[in-house]
Amino acid sequence: MTEIPGLTPSQTVGPYLAIGLTRDLITPRLVDPADPRAIRLHGTLLDGAGEPVPDGMVEIWQANAAGRYAHAADDRAELPLEDGFLGFGRSGTVDGGHFEFVTVKPGCVPWPGGGLQAPHLEVSVFARGLLKHAVTRVYFPDEAEANAADPVLATLGEEARATLVAVAEDGGLRFDIRLQGPGHTTFFAV
Amino acid sequence: MPAEGHSFAEVVDLDREGPDPPYDYPDYVGTRLRAPKEPLVIIPTTLSELTGPAYGESAIGELDADLTRQHEGQPLGERIVVSGRVLGSDGRALRRQLVEIWQANAAGRYHHAVDTHDAPIDPNFTGAGRCLTDDDGWYRFTTVKPGAYPWGNHPNAWRPNHIHFSLFGRAFTDRLVTQMYFPGDPLFEHDPIFNSIRDEKARERLISRFDLGLTMPDWALGFRWDIVLGGRAATPIEEPHDD
Repeated sequence: MTEIPGLTPSQTVGPYLAIGLTRDLITPRLVDPADPRAIRLHGTLLDGAGEPVPDGMVEIWQANAAGRYAHAADDRAELPLEDGFLGFGRSGTVDGGHFEFVTVKPGCVPWPGGGLQAPHLEVSVFARGLLKHAVTRVYFPDEAEANAADPVLATLGEEARATLVAVAEDGGLRFDIRLQGPGHTTFFAV
Repeated sequence: MPAEGHSFAEVVDLDREGPDPPYDYPDYVGTRLRAPKEPLVIIPTTLSELTGPAYGESAIGELDADLTRQHEGQPLGERIVVSGRVLGSDGRALRRQLVEIWQANAAGRYHHAVDTHDAPIDPNFTGAGRCLTDDDGWYRFTTVKPGAYPWGNHPNAWRPNHIHFSLFGRAFTDRLVTQMYFPGDPLFEHDPIFNSIRDEKARERLISRFDLGLTMPDWALGFRWDIVLGGRAATPIEEPHDD
């Protein structure tokens, strides 16, 4: 891990992020809810006392249903890009710590050096009290086989792995994020 | 208990060296119940982290970058231009990048229901701006200088004047939300958020500098602030370019 000089350091988003970040441009709706593939992914952001965090923000980044990222670094031209699908969304947590996205399940994406990763979303968590955003992943409960073979999940203990798999509930997927304490979410260094 | 003896998995000390502040910084009281306490899990950088959004084609209006012209009248306060370049860790300009900002008004009050500081709301100031960087990585905002304001962190705690910035970069690992400060602020030494960055040089990189060349004569003062993005996995990615 070589430190690159000159990087701009992080600071907290503070309690007023809604003024600048959760307006009209970037929304929690990655696809039209009428899309037959649409899934509702939601959850609650919780602090170390188990209390909801009502002044935070959750962002997701993902490949499309075919497993292709809408980005120049993903040059696998054999996989389709989808018009209008960027793969990024934002949700505030002003509703009692609750966040919610409408998206599609991404396809598998490659693992460096060969093989595939199970379908997953990258997640960034921002809040007052977080001096740098926290990064985690969401995996899908109906992908038991792919999850069992996933190189990231495979490195984790049972308990840590369980915090990354969403729970099927009421026709949607529930993914609670616990910043600290018992059952805390597994966070990654990026 | 993240790592269990597999070949690549490591855990990283939360107190690791780097320009960013640690999560766990009790002087900033808000961290106490919110900072992740367990070691972060390191995984190899994959396509998921090497990609990310930039919103370079967003329909940004002209007024989005001028916070002094978003209402009927002009906001109160000291009019300023804030401008600089957004660069990758390889020094290359990051072009067509969305830059988002938000800030308090000149009296130190946010246009937000949660802010109960007894200072006036300015009906002519929302405090939100956004723009895209140009082909040389430049961003530019016109706004008013935000006021300092008290907060409940400790007795008589005041935040230094600051503007919040949000940036994407070339990859998921470049994502940055931070705060830009103003030169010579007497509140720096008393502010746990600023001082959570342990390296003095890194702290100073958050302080803009007065730039006479950016001033608009008879109109606005100018402040210059450059931003360098790059995560642990800042693998250079070739962007399409003309040369």
